[in-house]
Amino acid sequence: MMPSDNLTSYLVIALFLLVLGIYGMVRHRTLIGVLISGEFILNGAALNFMAFNRFLAPNPAVGQIFALFIMGIAAAEAAVIVSLILMVYNRYRSIDPAEVDDLKH
Amino acid sequence: MNAYRYMAEAGFFLFVVMVAYGGFVAMRARYLMNAVLGLSLSLLGVAGLFFYLGSQFLALMQILICIGAICIIIAFGVMVGPKPKPGEERRVIGSRNRLLASVACASGFCLLLAYILRANWTPAMKRSGDFSVKYLGENLLYQFCLPFELISVVLLVAIIGALIISATGRRKRADDA
Repeated sequence: MMPSDNLTSYLVIALFLLVLGIYGMVRHRTLIGVLISGEFILNGAALNFMAFNRFLAPNPAVGQIFALFIMGIAAAEAAVIVSLILMVYNRYRSIDPAEVDDLKH
Repeated sequence: MNAYRYMAEAGFFLFVVMVAYGGFVAMRARYLMNAVLGLSLSLLGVAGLFFYLGSQFLALMQILICIGAICIIIAFGVMVGPKPKPGEERRVIGSRNRLLASVACASGFCLLLAYILRANWTPAMKRSGDFSVKYLGENLLYQFCLPFELISVVLLVAIIGALIISATGRRKRADDA
């Protein structure tokens, strides 16, 4: 069987996106970097839904609709988080997540 | 006929390489704008994979929404945000922490990979293979009408919320000055 016609290969790619996003969330030292890593995780989830939709699901519209909703949620999330980051920068003069720690003290 | 088949496989591997390379660029970037470019390359690869999964519509939407909207928003955030200080890039987390993070991520990857390879997926008994946009639209307007309306309300609330948050932030800075 060809790799492009196989459920497992798509699942492995989605898993790669998930792990990459988690690693990026740990590694990046700015809030915008964390937002970028979150986009990777969301896209891994969408790819997973599309793969199961293509190979297993009874109704092929459901997975596509769910992937569309994931894109809409990701767009809304990005808009809100970018404006939040700008406000955090105005207040703290930094977008390093380690320096935004008022609730810790 | 077989040659076309192999060409399609080559295209698939091209998209996989795009996803992986974009991801590595986004993770290893020194400047945030390079990370945004890596993210958009990776999303373009995911759009190609959607095409291989039988949905041209979703591939187009991925390019329009994810690359055309989300990456542009993040790029704006990078541009109006703080200027990177010269010493800041070197202050990336220490090598011990990075080693711990990569070991944890690699072990999680291997764990889930073993589960994926061992799992036995069974397709549904009766499947309709209709991937057309017409069928998708009918489903969206009849069966999934409520989630469709909900997502538009969520988008509206998010836009208004983003406007309000950024407007109050600007007023506060004007007070400081």
